[in-house]
Amino acid sequence: MRRRPTDERDLSGWAGWALTLALFVGLWLYGGQLFPWAFDYPRSISIPAARWITSFTKWLLNEATFGLFTFAELTRFIAAVLDVPYRFVLSLLSTGFQSGEGSQAVQILPPLSWVAVIGTGAILGGYAGGARLAALVAGCLTFVLVFGQWQSAMVTLASILVAVPLGVAGGLLLGILAFRHSWFERAIRPVLDLMQTIPVFAYLVPILILFGFGPTAAVVATLIYAMPPMTRITELALRRVPAELTDLGRMVGCTRRQMMWRVLVPASKDPLMVGVNQVIMLSLNMVIIASMIGAGGLGFDVLAALRRLDFGAGLEAGLAIVALAVALDRLSQAFARLRNEPARGNGPVARHPYLLSGVALILAAGLAGLAVPALQTWPDAFELSTGAFWSNVVQWINVNFFDTIEAVKNAVLLNLLVPFKRFLGGLPWAGVTALLAYVGWRLGGWRLAVLVASLAGLIAATGQWEKAAITVYLCGISTVFAMLIGVPIGILASEREGVWAPVRIIIDTLQTLPSFVYLMPAVMLFRVGDFTAMIAVVAYAVVPAVRYTVLGLKGVDPRLTEAGRAMGCTPGQILWRIKLRLALPEILLGLNQTVMFALSMLVITALVGTRDLGQEVYIALTKADPGRGLVAGLAVAFIAIITDRLISASARAARARLGLEAA
Amino acid sequence: MTELPAPDAISANAAEGAKLVCRNLWKLFGPRARETLAALGDAATPERLAASGLVPAVRDVTLSVREGEIFVIMGLSGSGKSTLVRLMSRLVEPTAGEVLFHNRDLLSASDAEMIEIRRHKMGMVFQHFALLPHLTVLDNVAFPLDVQGVPRAEREARARKMIALVGLGGRESSLPRQLSGGQQQRVGIARSLAVEPELWFLDEPFSALDPLIRREMQDEFIRLQSVLKKTIVFITHDFDEAIRLADRIAIMKDGAIVQQGTPEEIVLQPATDYVREFTRAVPRAKVVRVATAMRKASGAEPAGTISARATIAEAAPKFLEGATALRVTDDDGRTVGHLIREDVVALMLGG
Ligand SMILES: Nc1ncnc2c1ncn2[C@@H]1O[C@H](COP(=O)(O)OP(=O)(O)OP(=O)(O)O)[C@@H](O)[C@H]1O
Ligand SMILES: [Mg+2]
Repeated sequence: MRRRPTDERDLSGWAGWALTLALFVGLWLYGGQLFPWAFDYPRSISIPAARWITSFTKWLLNEATFGLFTFAELTRFIAAVLDVPYRFVLSLLSTGFQSGEGSQAVQILPPLSWVAVIGTGAILGGYAGGARLAALVAGCLTFVLVFGQWQSAMVTLASILVAVPLGVAGGLLLGILAFRHSWFERAIRPVLDLMQTIPVFAYLVPILILFGFGPTAAVVATLIYAMPPMTRITELALRRVPAELTDLGRMVGCTRRQMMWRVLVPASKDPLMVGVNQVIMLSLNMVIIASMIGAGGLGFDVLAALRRLDFGAGLEAGLAIVALAVALDRLSQAFARLRNEPARGNGPVARHPYLLSGVALILAAGLAGLAVPALQTWPDAFELSTGAFWSNVVQWINVNFFDTIEAVKNAVLLNLLVPFKRFLGGLPWAGVTALLAYVGWRLGGWRLAVLVASLAGLIAATGQWEKAAITVYLCGISTVFAMLIGVPIGILASEREGVWAPVRIIIDTLQTLPSFVYLMPAVMLFRVGDFTAMIAVVAYAVVPAVRYTVLGLKGVDPRLTEAGRAMGCTPGQILWRIKLRLALPEILLGLNQTVMFALSMLVITALVGTRDLGQEVYIALTKADPGRGLVAGLAVAFIAIITDRLISASARAARARLGLEAA
Repeated sequence: MTELPAPDAISANAAEGAKLVCRNLWKLFGPRARETLAALGDAATPERLAASGLVPAVRDVTLSVREGEIFVIMGLSGSGKSTLVRLMSRLVEPTAGEVLFHNRDLLSASDAEMIEIRRHKMGMVFQHFALLPHLTVLDNVAFPLDVQGVPRAEREARARKMIALVGLGGRESSLPRQLSGGQQQRVGIARSLAVEPELWFLDEPFSALDPLIRREMQDEFIRLQSVLKKTIVFITHDFDEAIRLADRIAIMKDGAIVQQGTPEEIVLQPATDYVREFTRAVPRAKVVRVATAMRKASGAEPAGTISARATIAEAAPKFLEGATALRVTDDDGRTVGHLIREDVVALMLGG
């Protein structure tokens, strides 16, 4: 039989892969003596980026000036401006309004009582989602109250309530600018890419230096973290507005501003609300990290407990964050679904029943709180604490199962983690860079090759190669485990509706949990180290693996599976031969997301003593060394970008091969 | 009269009060369209243009829309109808050519002037309704007035009038998604009429509707126009709809106009095979007007009368009562000729 030309191409393709791999292995095994520089990046040509950044920050802080005012004055000013709403909300929720300073302060107005806050939450829930949501929100807040986390929770809530509107407004404005001006869009896209992939720790130091230690600096960090998705979503949503609506706007003679605010923004309300939800969830995710630079509240409690290794206290504060997250998430989702039903009755009472009852409730609760102090502040005597219980549970597990746990941990460490770590650590940077370039070229042409090679080269040149290898090793192993667990669950869930329903509830809930929460049980059971980090990362990153697998399998055209059945395929054949092949692009995207999740979690696990880039960033934070932290953070971002671009390119290639998209 | 009218005929039209005139209008989508078109000059064939990476959406269109007429642009999907109607309101910038509105060159108008013209003189109805999902019916219809800054009481009063006019009274506080497709398009029509435009563009207003509703909306449209007497540019891909509504039709193919004329002219004398394909299934009696088929008035005055503008199909039932001839009258009721029974029968049997 004559070979078709595609076969020939395939063959030369395989030859290319084989040759490249052989060269790579050759360099790795025998290159040590010949090319020592390929293994250890020569110091003489390394880029002292950390030093540059540190001196640049110093210059910014001490010398940079805009003529009328200095850069430092500008940042102080921003901090002062942010402080105003923060103080106000904090007074409202936590400290009460005071006049005078320090010990002479006199309270003029008490903060909202717990009755008022829970009641308002319930009313909001009722307004947006009916009785069930009202009960859920009230339940979450009551949980926080009863477990004695109220004070901290209100401090956290205050910073969220300030950060979210600012993040939404900022993201909206940046998104609009990017929509209007393509040069701005081009300029901001790489910045957004970096902001979403750099671990937060990395920019905590510069923020700390520029804005000082305290809640405002924490709000700034939260904004930087939470704004990029809103910006992206805004820009995308505005572009997706049907052309007919923009035509309509122009036909009725809208000015540019009317077009934006009267047509485009309202017409993209749904995706914009998804963005708002994202900002809320990301802000909550930042709560604990932000407490490292001075945000108080629940985050501080968790961090302090984690440092004391007081698991019970940490878990309680962590669960309170979860309760807040669940309440805020469901509330914002309900508001997103809310349709502006035309007003039914007439008159202010009939038009605004929820608003009026809310105001009435707050007033009544305030007065009642004056009369009965227990209604203002929940009495300590009624507080429950499970802290001791959890500590005991952990102790019990450790006493009874210490040997088993230790054995499992050591087995995995010795047989899997350590060898893999050694292997990755021994690879020559030059060979890996060249190999990545080849993969990039095969998947996406020379542009991709140049991009991945130069990012990998930069990691080496800034002296981060060894730490990066450890990051890749932990991230890689965790991703493999997450996929090994997540994909089968996804397959099962997509085949059986009865499995999917509970799985969906679980992964939806897991996704609202701040990443720190995953760390705590892992630390409790396995103490610190790589294994613990891996467990936490796998737990965090398994969600996208499940979700995208289900998405892909459920998205397979049912006519194709029917055709398969008609041809007499067994269910197994249908799954392997048809469904999984067609769902491959989505599963690859899931892999991509899993890697991203793993990387972001990995940095947090630095707290439990890994030796990777995350640790480097974390050390820089404790030493307040902006250059060191940013360079390590950028290295993490580069790893993320390289992975993302390569996987996306192979997903595109898969789609093209399956005929789902033009090549 | 089946050929494209010569340029001097167009200026004659303009002189006799054409509302909107397009002259040698081109729209090419793609990079460096203007330079390429200028360089190619007369050699700008679709193939040449496509070879240089351009999509020729509208090619060398010349037409004039007269005061008070329904001008229908008919063409299959992708023939450039939407682009052409957007060129007329300058939602799309032409690559070359002229658009004259009341003899004023729209292409030289500033942005502010265009906003003024669109706010007060033009209205447009969209294929997919383009209703703002977050506004009620009332607010949607009042939206163009709101944009102009008309005070609330006044704009709502005018919007209510328009809503009543399109037969949606009582649904003012509904949201668009609570309405059926036909109702939604009524809202779109009411909105486009709220500013009392002189020139009314309708881009396939009924294409997204089911056939029965479409028919109903066409009747509604005819009723509205008999009251409003607007100058209308109506886009459709449905030849029957074009025949039904049009005073004059322009048929587009691949961005160019292949024939323009009254429905009667197009059906009786199709210019190309392409046009003939469309006309084949159309019964002649439905397009031929009494004015065409009538003879000079002679002999006794018949008792029955028929308007010169009626179609033969509309006239036919009158012969069922036994008349052999009808007196043909113009709009003012004067006798202009006679319609003879044999002529009608011949036409109807001829298909
Ligand atoms: N913004 C644009 N960019 C590039 N090409 C376009 C653009 N708008 C329209 N076209 C192309 O111009 C041609 C004419 O499009 P147009 O929308 O005017 O057709 P139409 O007759 O209205 O079709 P339909 O009946 O489907 O609405 C098509 O080939 C279309 O692909
Ligand atoms: Mg169209």
